[in-house]
Amino acid sequence: MFFGRFGGQFVPETLIKPLRELEKAYKKFKDDPEFNETLEYYLRNWAGRPTPLYYAERLSKKLGGAKIYLKREDLLHGGAHKTNNGIGQALLAKFMGKERLIAETGAGQHGVATAMAGALLGMKVDVYMGAEDVERQKMNVFRMQLLGARVIPVESGSRTLKDAINEALRDWVATFEYSHYLIGSVVGPYPYPVIVRDFQSVIGREAREQILEAEGTLPDAVVACVGGGSNAMGIFYPFVNDKVRLIGVEAGGKGLETGLHAASLNAGELGVFHGMLSYFLQNEEGQITPTHSVSAGLDYPGVGPEHAYLKDSRRAEYVTVTDEEALRAFHELSRTEGILPALESAHAVAYAMKIAPEMDKDEIIIVNLSGRGDKDLDIVRGVGNV
Amino acid sequence: MFEGGSLIPYLTAGDPSVEKTLEFLLAVEEFAGLIELGIPFSDPMADGKTIQESHYRALRNGFKLEDTFRILREFRRHSSTPVILMTYYNPVFRTGVRKFLGEAKASGADGILVVDLPVSHAGEFLDIASEEGIKTVFLAAPNTPDERLREIDKASTGFVYLISLYGTTGARDRLPETAFEFVRRARKICNNKLAVGFGVSRREQVEELLRAGADGVVVGSALIELISRSENPVEELRKKVAELSGYSKAL
Repeated sequence: MFFGRFGGQFVPETLIKPLRELEKAYKKFKDDPEFNETLEYYLRNWAGRPTPLYYAERLSKKLGGAKIYLKREDLLHGGAHKTNNGIGQALLAKFMGKERLIAETGAGQHGVATAMAGALLGMKVDVYMGAEDVERQKMNVFRMQLLGARVIPVESGSRTLKDAINEALRDWVATFEYSHYLIGSVVGPYPYPVIVRDFQSVIGREAREQILEAEGTLPDAVVACVGGGSNAMGIFYPFVNDKVRLIGVEAGGKGLETGLHAASLNAGELGVFHGMLSYFLQNEEGQITPTHSVSAGLDYPGVGPEHAYLKDSRRAEYVTVTDEEALRAFHELSRTEGILPALESAHAVAYAMKIAPEMDKDEIIIVNLSGRGDKDLDIVRGVGNV
Repeated sequence: MFEGGSLIPYLTAGDPSVEKTLEFLLAVEEFAGLIELGIPFSDPMADGKTIQESHYRALRNGFKLEDTFRILREFRRHSSTPVILMTYYNPVFRTGVRKFLGEAKASGADGILVVDLPVSHAGEFLDIASEEGIKTVFLAAPNTPDERLREIDKASTGFVYLISLYGTTGARDRLPETAFEFVRRARKICNNKLAVGFGVSRREQVEELLRAGADGVVVGSALIELISRSENPVEELRKKVAELSGYSKAL
C-alpha cells in the first residue's frame, strides 16, 4: 500500500470498501488471459501501439551533444499517453461489471481518453473539469462531448485540476456501486498509483526494446515531464533496475522564486491529500496552495507517491523548467523536427535540450513525448513568439 | 462524552469570523449534548457544497489554525459542553500530530475526528492522542463490514460517528432506509456511543435516528445554510437548534 513511507489510503471511510474491491479485482484481472488479450487487442488495433521511438537527428545535431530519441506517445490514438490508462481502467471497470466512468481532467487529454474508451466499451462517461481549464482547453471539451461524454465544469476553489479531483471523489463516494472512478495519473489512494503505473508501463517496455534494437544499448538518460506523473512513471518503471538516469521535469512556471509554479517535488512539503502521503504545495498550516503552469496538464499541487519515493531514494532526479523555456522548446521542436509537442512534453524536451550539449555524441537520451500540441495551440498563439 | 438523545450541532470555525463563531457556539451550547467544530480546509472533499463554502468563507477572511484554539479557549470560559474538532488530516500532519493534539487539548477540545484518516492508518495518531488525553472519534460507513466496525469501535475512545448515507455532507429531505439499518447494526456491534451524521436537517429525522438506536445526531449543513443567509443568525440559530433538539417541543 506504501512506496517506502509514501502512498496509503487516506480517504473517508465510505471509500475503503470500494478501494478494497478495486484492489481485489485488479489483482484478479491483471493476470487473467482474457483481460490481457482484450487489452492488448485494443492497444494494438484501436489505440495504435507500439508507438515509434524516433531519432530526432536534426535537433540532436543542432545541439551538438547526445543523441535525442523521442518516444512518440503523441502518435497514440487520442494524441497522448493517457489512452493507455484510459482503455486499461475502462476495461477493468467493464470486467468488474460497472456501467459508468467518472473522470477528472486538467488539460483534457485524460478526459478525452476516458470518453474514447467509454464510447468504445459502451459506458456512460462523466468528466469533471475545472472551469478555468474548460476555458483553456475548449477543443478538448468539444472532443469529449463529441465522444458522448458529459463535461461538468467545476467552479469551486482554484477551478483547476485539484478541484476537479475533489468533485470526482465526491461523485464516487455517492455512486461507487455502479461507477468506476477512472483516475488519470499515478496519484490518489492505493491501488490507483499502482494500477495507472502498470497500464502506463507499456511506454517504457516498448522504449527499452526499441532503443536496444536501434542502438544495441540502453539509454544514458530518460526524461519525462511530471505533473501527477503518469507518463514519467510509465516510461521510468521498466528502467528502474537499469543503470539509466531517470529525470522528471516539473513545471517551474514563472520561476520557483515567484511561487507561481507547480513543482511539488522541488518546492513542496510532505503532506496528506487526495488519499495519499506525498509532496504537496501547501502553506505552513497545511492548506493546499494554488499552482501555476502554462500547461494545464502539469497544473497539480501534488505528485504521485512513487515519484516521491524515487526522489527520496535518489533513484530519480527531479528538475524544473519554466513556462518560457517550455515554450521555446515547443517552437524549437516544431521547426527542427516538424513535431508540435504538447506543452507538458515541451517541458521534457526543454530539459533534454539543456543537458544534451554537455553530453558526448555517443550518449543517448530518450524523451517521452507524452502528447501532441494541437490542444495547446490557442495558448501558444496567445503567448506569441518567445 | 455526551448523553443519549443528544443533538450535535456542527459549526465551521471562523465562518464568517472568530467573534461570530464564538457567539454561535454560545447560542447552541444550551441545546447541544456535544458540539462539533470544523477546522476550515482548502479542499474539504468529504463535504458538500454548503460546508465547503463555509470553509472558503473562513479562509478568505484570513482564518488561521490558531483561531480555532482561540475560539475554544474563549468558549471554555463560558461553557463546559464537550467539543470535538473535525478536520482533514493535512493540517494536523503539517503542524505535527503531537503539537496539534497538545494544543487542541490545552485549549479545551475534548476529542478529535479526522475525516480522511481511516483507522487502518491511525496507529501513531492513536498513541499520541492517548498520551495527550484527547478522545478519538472515527467514521464508519454503511458499507463498513462488521469486522472493521469492531476495529473502528476499538480505536474510538470518544464515540463512533456513523455516516448515514453514501455521499457528502449536506441537508437532504429524506434519509435512505439503509441509514436506519446501519444504526441498528452498529448498535449490536459497538460498545461506544453512536452519533449519526450527514444529510440530517429536521427534527423528525433526528427522532427517527434516535429511535433506531443512535445516541446523538449531527446537524451541520442546515445550520451553516441558515447562518449564511440569515439577517439575525444568532437568534435564528438558537431557535433552530432548540427545535432540532426537541427542546422547543418539550416546552
